[in-house]
Amino acid sequence: MPPSLCALCKTSRAFILRPKDHQKLCKPCFISVFETEIHHTITSNNLFHRGERIAIGASGGKDSTVLASVLKTLNERYNYGVELILLSIDEGIKGYRDDSLETVKRNAKQYDMPLMIVGYDELYGWTMDQVVEQVGKKGNCTYCGVFRRQALDRGAAKLGVKHVVTGHNADDVAETVLMNLLRGDLPRLSRTTSIVTSTPSAVSSPDSPSHTNIKRSKPLKYAYEKEIVLYAYHKSLDYFSTECIYSPEAFRGSARALIKNLERVRPSAILDIVRSGEDMARLVPGGNEACSNGCSGQTALPEEEEGGCGSSNGRSAGGEMASMEHQLAQNDIATEVGLEIEITSSSLNGQQSGKKKDPDAVQLVNGKKGRRLKGPAQTPRKTARQTMGQCKRCGYLSSQEICKACVLLEGLNKNRPKNNIEVSSYAPEQEHGHMNNATNAMQKLQLGVD
Amino acid sequence: MSQGKSKDVISITVEFSGGLEMLFSNQRKHILSIPTKDESGEASNVAFLVRYLCEDVMQDNRRELFVLDDTVRPGILVLINDADWQLEGEDKYEIQGGDNIHFLSTLHGG
Ligand SMILES: [Zn+2]
Ligand SMILES: [Zn+2]
Repeated sequence: MPPSLCALCKTSRAFILRPKDHQKLCKPCFISVFETEIHHTITSNNLFHRGERIAIGASGGKDSTVLASVLKTLNERYNYGVELILLSIDEGIKGYRDDSLETVKRNAKQYDMPLMIVGYDELYGWTMDQVVEQVGKKGNCTYCGVFRRQALDRGAAKLGVKHVVTGHNADDVAETVLMNLLRGDLPRLSRTTSIVTSTPSAVSSPDSPSHTNIKRSKPLKYAYEKEIVLYAYHKSLDYFSTECIYSPEAFRGSARALIKNLERVRPSAILDIVRSGEDMARLVPGGNEACSNGCSGQTALPEEEEGGCGSSNGRSAGGEMASMEHQLAQNDIATEVGLEIEITSSSLNGQQSGKKKDPDAVQLVNGKKGRRLKGPAQTPRKTARQTMGQCKRCGYLSSQEICKACVLLEGLNKNRPKNNIEVSSYAPEQEHGHMNNATNAMQKLQLGVD
Repeated sequence: MSQGKSKDVISITVEFSGGLEMLFSNQRKHILSIPTKDESGEASNVAFLVRYLCEDVMQDNRRELFVLDDTVRPGILVLINDADWQLEGEDKYEIQGGDNIHFLSTLHGG
C-alpha cells in the first residue's frame, strides 16, 4: 500500500498511528504533538511553579527516561523556570539494579541534570540483600514494599525537594482504575486517579522539608504507553528494559493484558477508562481522600501504581508511596479533614477537553477538589496533622505512633528472624507478581543454592 | 513450518527490543533469510514471519510472551521499516527483501 502522508504537515510520510484518535503522523510532527500535550497537562493542572525544584523519580526505564527528556525540553522551550533533578533509589540488590542505575547515570549526563542516588542502606540502614539474608525468602516483600513506599519521599527530603514527579502513564492509570473496579474498591479508585497527591503536612509545614510533605504528580498521566515507547524510540533515548516479565497469573498482569487487548480493538479505550475513573472519583462519597475499608496494608502498596516490573524505582516508589499510611490514617480521622489533597473535578474538567483552563485547578495546595484553593488556608492542615500524627521515630505520616517502616526496622534491628506484620486482606502474592519475580531473582542471586 | 532451506529466500533484518531480545538469545538484531513463500505458497507476510520466528529462531520456550492467539502479543509494537505496522496492513504485510521488522515491547520495566 502506498505510504500515507502525515495528517499535520501533509508533506512527510506518516510513521505513527496515534492510538487515541487514529491520526497518522510523521516523526517530527509526532514528537512535537507528544511534547505539546504533556505541556498542556502541566499547564492546565498547574503542576509546576516557577523556581520550584522538582525531583524526577528515575529508574532508567522508559517512562522516567521519557519524562526526564520531555521535561527538560519543555522547561527550556516554555521557560517554566523549574530546576530538575534526577532521583533514583537503590534498594541494594546486588546485580539487580546495576544496569538501570548505569542508565540513569548516562541520562544525567545526556540531560545535564544533577543525579542523586539514595540507597536503602542510607535511608534505613539495611540493604534489601541484608534484609533477605535476615528474614529469608518469605516476607521480604513486605519489607521492600514498605521501604519502597517511603523511599522517594525520604530521598526527596534529603535533597530538600518538595515535589517528585513520576512516570506513570495512561496505561498505568487505566490499569489501576480497572483493578480497583474489579475489586469494588471505589474509594481507592478515586484516589489513584488524581494527577497530584500530597499529604496534609505538606501544607502545614512548607518551610521545613521533611518526607511527609512531598507533593507528587504524574505529568504523563494522559500519555499512552505506546506513544511513550515510540517517543523514546524515535528520539533514540537511552533507556533500560528490565529482564523481569509479567507474571500472567498476577491480578495486575491480567488487568494489564485486558487493557492491551482492549487497546488493540479500540485504542481510545485506555484514555476512556482513565476518564471514567476520574468521573467515578467525583461520585465517590468523600472520594478523594477516603479509603475507609480494608484497603490498608500490603494491598495498597505502590506496586499498584507501578504497572511495571518491580524494578522501576521511579514509578514504583513514586506512585502512592504513602498510601498505606494514608489509609491507616484515614480510618482514624474524620472525612472532613482533607487527608490527601488532590486535584480532581476542576482539573479533570480542564483536562478532558485538553484545552479549557480551569483557574481553580491550581497545583496542589489545599482543600478538597480544588475548590478552596484560592487562599493559603493552611489551618485545616494543622488540625489534620495533629489528628494523624507522624511517626515518633522518623516523622513520616502515620496514624500509629511508629510507622510501619520503623516497626519493621525495629524488628530487623532486634535481629528477630521475622516480623509479623501481616497487612494484607488481599493475597499479596497475586498482586506482587513482579515484586516476587524481582525478589526471587534477587534471592537466587543472593542466597545461591541451598 | 518453515519449508526447509529453499533457495528462494529473502534477506531481512529483524530486531527485538524493549525486553523482547531476552527471548531471542539476548540478541537485538538478527539478519535472517526467510522463504519467499509461506506454507501455502503465498508470498511471505508478517504473520508467516512471526510463525517462522517462533519455530526457527526463538530459543526460549515461553512463546506466549511473544505470540498470543496466533498474533503478536498485544503490547508489542511492530515497526515495518520504522512505520507502525497498522499503517502497513499489519500481519498481512508482504515482506520485501531488505525490510527491517522491529518488534518493540512496551511491557517491560518502567
Ligand atoms: Zn508531519
Ligand atoms: Zn517511622
